[in-house]
Amino acid sequence: MSASDVRARFRGLFERDVTLVLAVLGALYVAYILAGVVFGYGLRGQLNSIANLTFYIGVFGMLALALNLHWGYTGLFNIGIVGFMGIGIYVTALVSKPPVAEGGAAQVGGFGLPLVVGVVAGVVAAGLFGLLVALPALRLRADYLAIVTVAFSEIVRFTMMSRTFQTFTVPDTIDLWLFTIDPTADTVGLGGGGGLILNYTDPLEALLRTLFLWEPYLGFVAVVERTLIPNNPKPVIDGLAYGVLLLIGVGLFYLLLSRTGKSPFGRVLKAIREDEDVANALGKDTDRFKLTAFVLGAALMGLGGILWYSSRGSITPPSFRPNITFFIWIALIIGGSGSNTGSFLGGAIFAGVLYEGPRYFKNLVQAAFDLGDAPRNFGEAMAGFASLDPMPFILYTLDSVSQLRLVIMGVVLIWLMHNRPEGLLGHRKETASSVDLARPGSDGPTGNPAAADGGENQ
Amino acid sequence: MSETDESPTESKPSDPEAGSDADDAASGADLSGVMGTEADVPSADDGARYAPLEVEGLRKEFGGITAVDGVSFDVEEGTLTGLIGPNGAGKSTTFNLITGMLDPTAGTVRFNGEDITGLQPHEIANRGLARTFQIARELEEMTVLENMMLAPKGQVGESLWRSIMPMTRGSVREQETEQLERVWEVLDFFEIDHLAQEYAGNLSGGQRKLLEMARALLTDPDVLLLDEPFAGVNPTLEKRLLEHIHELRERGYTFLIVEHDMDLIMNNCERVIVMHQGRILKDGTPTEIKESEEVIEAYLGGEV
Repeated sequence: MSASDVRARFRGLFERDVTLVLAVLGALYVAYILAGVVFGYGLRGQLNSIANLTFYIGVFGMLALALNLHWGYTGLFNIGIVGFMGIGIYVTALVSKPPVAEGGAAQVGGFGLPLVVGVVAGVVAAGLFGLLVALPALRLRADYLAIVTVAFSEIVRFTMMSRTFQTFTVPDTIDLWLFTIDPTADTVGLGGGGGLILNYTDPLEALLRTLFLWEPYLGFVAVVERTLIPNNPKPVIDGLAYGVLLLIGVGLFYLLLSRTGKSPFGRVLKAIREDEDVANALGKDTDRFKLTAFVLGAALMGLGGILWYSSRGSITPPSFRPNITFFIWIALIIGGSGSNTGSFLGGAIFAGVLYEGPRYFKNLVQAAFDLGDAPRNFGEAMAGFASLDPMPFILYTLDSVSQLRLVIMGVVLIWLMHNRPEGLLGHRKETASSVDLARPGSDGPTGNPAAADGGENQ
Repeated sequence: MSETDESPTESKPSDPEAGSDADDAASGADLSGVMGTEADVPSADDGARYAPLEVEGLRKEFGGITAVDGVSFDVEEGTLTGLIGPNGAGKSTTFNLITGMLDPTAGTVRFNGEDITGLQPHEIANRGLARTFQIARELEEMTVLENMMLAPKGQVGESLWRSIMPMTRGSVREQETEQLERVWEVLDFFEIDHLAQEYAGNLSGGQRKLLEMARALLTDPDVLLLDEPFAGVNPTLEKRLLEHIHELRERGYTFLIVEHDMDLIMNNCERVIVMHQGRILKDGTPTEIKESEEVIEAYLGGEV
């Protein structure tokens, strides 16, 4: 009887969460589709817009979930997220890029191994660097860990840019003690300031080929070409399919991290967040737990980075500036740190409203009112006020909306800190246990004091 | 380390209804089933007893200040030993030295015959020496149940892989289910079961003290070190806490209690250690302590 109760209760919680998530996602998609209607998008444009939104919801959702393990659960103040992302994608590129003969002259090559090897290598490398950072830093107080991680992410970025690591020539044969290997690579390296062209197999294609779905996929594309989108629909469908792939990725992240959270392991992480001395005094080797959590989170951030940039065609060091780290932090804070569902919601809302929203808003206003050209500089914008005409200023503001995005994020953050510091779903009982903690044998859901007092035989 | 022959009066018949009569949930019979490994100890006038905790020549310097200066004592099994002294006498530092929160400058701490000096707090806790804190330190954003479930030793689910892998998660759930029963019985014993679903941060000061002791008990310790368990606790709750402590002591647990309140210690402990300015001023029975001139002077601020 109690087993079914437990199941019912879990289902209830699940349904509430799912409802909320679907409602938020639905609202975002409806808003974007409506905006597309206003812009006069055709089917192609609409699908592109949706694919773009899905992409950002996916990557921010994943990364916010990974950060939630560090900050929300364990209280580890990691502000070097982008460093782990960068390591992930750079290592993947290094391993999976074809040897240079196939690339351009100025480009460095890679080891030409299958993409799946590259992804695994990237994730492992991000985890190992997590270990490297964490080993000395976890003995420090929280704020020092923050300094170490942000410094680390900048070191990673400067290493990417450095000429020293730009290219290396790989010898034709490497003699190791017992055997010789013939690497296929000619030159490898980080590509310096010019970055790397990601000319390995498209990740979507690689995945579909492994699943033997590539041919059916191409068939589907052909059908779409004949019926819905006449010319070259593949990029659009690719984008959508990649978005779906990312959402599946979010689901897997969620599954992994909620299992981690709802376990004795997650309970110790929470205890460390609350008071490390207490956890220690209760016999928990807190260093080991912090290390494990940090490495897992860093590896997931590496995977997030790989999924984010793999479809981009190329990577350059400026993409890995700390602002990405802070975007992910904002996403987590909006959603509510400590809650896995909240982390994903925060990621989705951040992506849809704060990250992509302002640009859509600008286009929307410009499409709705034919406003003409914006002033070229701030002086011209202010000049309008002399004749009590605010229009130049409004136009100028609209025109600078991508720069103002950061201001908007700041305002939202300040508002949140004042009014809802725990975020949308923070401070919620996501009980850290693999089983329902109600009194064994009692009826009804947990939290019912009558049942908790009365025991089983009423 | 305690003997395991349970006396017949204490052993609990395996009665399935025992948990249901909430009124006498706190009765001793109820608990002995839960903490069955703990056994009755020889009565108090048994002569020389086994001392699980031995402290010898313990010394701690902070810069130029010597907070603890050559402290030696031992705590006998199944006793309530009080550690008292005025502010700054070095009681809490001694506690922290024993439990590994601080590393001693010199001296040794022995627990069950093993030298535990300088071990990490979690290593010491896992050997069966549990502590509570002076200001109750609850894990505030965790529920009372989560607080309690955290404590037991040897949880397989504390391994990340066991917790996330589908084939091993079953065993984690199994162990947690077993553990949960014990958690609820200890909650009953301390009469805080109605607070089980609350966030620990919402508890009153006294309830936190109860929770903290309950949590420490769940680590299955031989010796419990309580750092000012009665500070800021109202008289009713103080009485309850004392009853719990006495009951547990009868069950074979050993207590070392740091306390300001001299009367409380005098009336409840069979042995009292008085510290002053980092040293042990007097070590003896309450009667001996009461008659000691030095102790009275120390408490009245006189020159020693």
